[in-house]
Amino acid sequence: MRYLPKSPTERKEMLEAIGSQSIEELFSSIPERFRLRELLNLPGPLSEPEIIEYFQDRARENSLEYASFLGAGVYDHLRSVITDTIIQRGEFLTSYTPYQGEISQGTLQAIFEFQTLMCQLTGQEVANASMWDGSTATTEAVLMAERITRRHRVLVARTLHPQYRDVLRTYAKSSGLTIEEVSLAADGAMNASTLRAELRDDVAAVVVQSPNFLGAMENVPAMAEAAHSCGALLVVAITEALSLGLVRPPREADIVALEGQSFGLAPSYGGPFLGVIASQDKFVRQMPGRLAGQTTDSQGRRGFVLTLVAREQHIRREKATSNICTNQALCALAATVHLTLLGKAGIRELAVQNLSKAQFALSELAKIPGVRRPFSAPFFNEFTLAFPRAVEKINADLLRRKIIGPLALEPLYPELPNHALVCITETTKRADIESFARVLAEALAPVEMRA
Amino acid sequence: MRGKITKASRHVNQNEGLIFEKSSPGKRAFDLPPLDVAPVDPRNWLGESYRSEGVDGFPEVSEIEVLRHFTRLSTWNYAIDLGMYPLGSCTMKYNPRVNEFVARLEGIATEHPLAPQDLSQGCLKILRLLEDCLLEITGMDAVSLQPSAGAQGELTGLLLIRAYLESQGNPRKTVLVPDSAHGTNPATAVIAGYAVENIQSDSRGQIDFAKLGERVNEDVAALMLTNPSTLGIFEKQISEIVEILHAKGALLYMDGANMNALAGVARPGDFGVDVMHLNLHKTFSTPHGGGGPGAGPVAMKKILEPFRPIPVLVEKENHELALEENRPRSIGRLRAFGGNFGVLVRALAYILAYGPGIRQATEDAVLNANYIRKKLEDAFELPYNLPSMHEVVFSDARQKARGVSTMDIAKRLIDYGFHPYTTAFPLIVHGALMIEPTESESKEECDLFIEAMLSIAEEAASDPDLVKHAPHSTRVSRLDETAAARKPILRWKPNR
Amino acid sequence: MGYPTNYRYTKQHEWIEANGNGVGRIGITDFAQKQVGDVVFVGLPKVGATFQAGEELATIESTKAVFEVFAPVGCEVLELNTSLESSPEKVNADPQGEAWFAKVRIVDPNELSSLMDAAAYEAFCPECQP
Repeated sequence: MRYLPKSPTERKEMLEAIGSQSIEELFSSIPERFRLRELLNLPGPLSEPEIIEYFQDRARENSLEYASFLGAGVYDHLRSVITDTIIQRGEFLTSYTPYQGEISQGTLQAIFEFQTLMCQLTGQEVANASMWDGSTATTEAVLMAERITRRHRVLVARTLHPQYRDVLRTYAKSSGLTIEEVSLAADGAMNASTLRAELRDDVAAVVVQSPNFLGAMENVPAMAEAAHSCGALLVVAITEALSLGLVRPPREADIVALEGQSFGLAPSYGGPFLGVIASQDKFVRQMPGRLAGQTTDSQGRRGFVLTLVAREQHIRREKATSNICTNQALCALAATVHLTLLGKAGIRELAVQNLSKAQFALSELAKIPGVRRPFSAPFFNEFTLAFPRAVEKINADLLRRKIIGPLALEPLYPELPNHALVCITETTKRADIESFARVLAEALAPVEMRA
Repeated sequence: MRGKITKASRHVNQNEGLIFEKSSPGKRAFDLPPLDVAPVDPRNWLGESYRSEGVDGFPEVSEIEVLRHFTRLSTWNYAIDLGMYPLGSCTMKYNPRVNEFVARLEGIATEHPLAPQDLSQGCLKILRLLEDCLLEITGMDAVSLQPSAGAQGELTGLLLIRAYLESQGNPRKTVLVPDSAHGTNPATAVIAGYAVENIQSDSRGQIDFAKLGERVNEDVAALMLTNPSTLGIFEKQISEIVEILHAKGALLYMDGANMNALAGVARPGDFGVDVMHLNLHKTFSTPHGGGGPGAGPVAMKKILEPFRPIPVLVEKENHELALEENRPRSIGRLRAFGGNFGVLVRALAYILAYGPGIRQATEDAVLNANYIRKKLEDAFELPYNLPSMHEVVFSDARQKARGVSTMDIAKRLIDYGFHPYTTAFPLIVHGALMIEPTESESKEECDLFIEAMLSIAEEAASDPDLVKHAPHSTRVSRLDETAAARKPILRWKPNR
Repeated sequence: MGYPTNYRYTKQHEWIEANGNGVGRIGITDFAQKQVGDVVFVGLPKVGATFQAGEELATIESTKAVFEVFAPVGCEVLELNTSLESSPEKVNADPQGEAWFAKVRIVDPNELSSLMDAAAYEAFCPECQP
């Protein structure tokens, strides 16, 4: 087998050196009745070309030829070839967690740069080396707030991504947290007065997302003021991190939980993605996940090490800040490369392209009789539209034209019937937006004519 | 006559600074295609939300600088592509490159998880095949591919146990964790809402069977067991352990980190495990990438199946595959979207390459570990004299006599061109050297490792300072971890 | 560094200096700080917190491990040595003097008599020899 560097002769020599007659002897500590007598029934073995063929066949059975207007937490953005070139270098791809600093400075310095970029983006003072994704980062941020405040009630915006709310509820069940939802206001965002009505001094955290799931920008300073007025912490979740290229960072937040998939990571049917927690220096000891810190070696040379490890599971065990061990390191590296390629000018330009195309799409779609924009709050590259017909029917028409239409919102928000979430990025072609508008106009025309 | 050399130093390469230190306003590394619609003024559309100053401090460099910067950084790393990582319980095996290629295929890398499922049958078939393979390998009845890493797999397993016990009337209060366990085990038990009780190992490094019998009662939900243990030794009394637990209605959770000793040879489902996780970034070759990503699928017996996290992969009447969310008894969602799908693709590619021959990999892994054990057992203390499987644990007891610790030996190993083995774990061995070569090491590489270790043992006796101050050949020497923890500097700031 | 004769000592290597007015200062012994190694962080309790003898009162972190400091007697925290927050290295430099952790109100002075005096502590652990 091509992955096994042994010849039959060598195996024999090694067995002799051990003093065993056969390889079976080396498994004698397993009770005999559990030792398999036959090989497992698995597909293969496949040669490299056959493996490729298998997956190419699967690739053809997906939706590659469709244009798509889906976002909702996973965004299709341009990715540079260089990002892949770098993360595919064996020294990055096949290296281990950098516990042995002397031979992992590449990884450690890259993590330090990543942490810095995340702080610059979010306006926070310290950021960790990654969590598994935005949904688990948000959950861990809430648990962090619980540890800091020693309170157990959490107010969560209804406009936080529905799947993120699900994950929070799963973790809350066993941690004794009570999770309460706060409804959205008419403009599609959260309202500080509505929030204040629910706030008492037993609230550990208020959790909002900005831009929120419906695309609307939240008023973070107002949310922060409300939360702080009763000693609660503000957690801001961000699913479309590219928005930070143009949107003011949530400096007033106590903890930011970010999804970094927009930075050089392919949609890849849902993962691997990139969670990040960023917060204030004063909370760093309650922060989960790895942290790379700057230091010197015995000759005074600058170097980097994993630090504040006493927070983590391998030292603290049952008192650890989290159980996380393996994180999303290579994804964080991809984001680091991607962001340094974009740079200060590029991230702004890219964000402007997203905003411009989204505004164009809105104007094209809202022109169509019967289509309206229900929420007045500003948006970045996602917005909600209300249609006069069921979204599922509209999307069926779109599919026939090889277009995957916007996400139907009613299954997630029963109070929003016939509403859909449209996502536009820099990869959405003008021609596709115009096709979408044309098909939509056709689909809605009969209704209009009947009226 | 050369002046002072400021760029080059030993052990490879430039003294590369931080990317922020190369930044200069106006440099750019990226050009976007031109906008095909009219550009908008963000101020008009974002109002108070507008970020007027841009991202302050973001680097401004050119494409070649980015490429050189990260390429130089990469040369400071050790990697599997360069040589052996004898890290116990990490299973640092070869990361096949075809796996990288297939994960990046257009159609696979590009698929949006919220696309209509009848259009994503390719991805769903991949999930289905991987599920089937993992069930075959583990001998269990159902599996969930969602958990993002081993630790999340452990949490899933304990939440499944809790849900099951709740359905029986009492979720119970305690989880038993051996003192030899990985730190994620007790950390996870607490997150799952259980109190942790440590179970001591006996003099042979196995679960103290008598003590277990005393401790298992109707308050105990589960025992979290790693098998083979973190000493690389198979729990011979596994059946008796299962019996004790089941007699009191408790369940057996197995940490599957050491599956590299079992795949194709024995199945945890056969020897009584109720639920377990696998580490795809260990046994199933997906790359560590400097710390992640990984995946920690959970395999379970039928009794736990109704509580599986959502979404659940099902086959519909028309034979189409779908991910179902309507599962009233489910423990809920563990993460957004399906899981680390790209990692799952790589694991499936690995399994397909081996097929039924996966047993050979396990045999070679165990062969390598025992060969190394045989060649080193005269030079290093073997605290537990039971047969090793895929990893062997020594202690530094002999070298300690000259003041040389396992950490020192590990650092000296770097000078011989190897990454250190696992030091200071498991906790039950003082001064542990945990060595797991995996099947990816040739006899030649194993012999080189053995020679290095024997040489270091000799140095520890004749020239201990050489070992105590190692490594000597790296770009940086031992780093001041104390200063890093006392006064943490966790980001670059201008003028630093 | 010897062991001050007016202190009393626990088996877990804490010391308490009682002033006779029901108030005491608590810290860890020189032996303990050697075991810990370089101290990077001290986790102090809150003023007003109460502890029974043997309950965890504070934590000490090295780069590699976390150590618990236990209350030698039942007590209530009156004052904290907050200088340890910015200078944890004091615990290594002067564990039995400047690096006291907390001043406490001793609930039951009788509990002091079950602790070891300096001579008994030295005898208790042979490696404790100063």
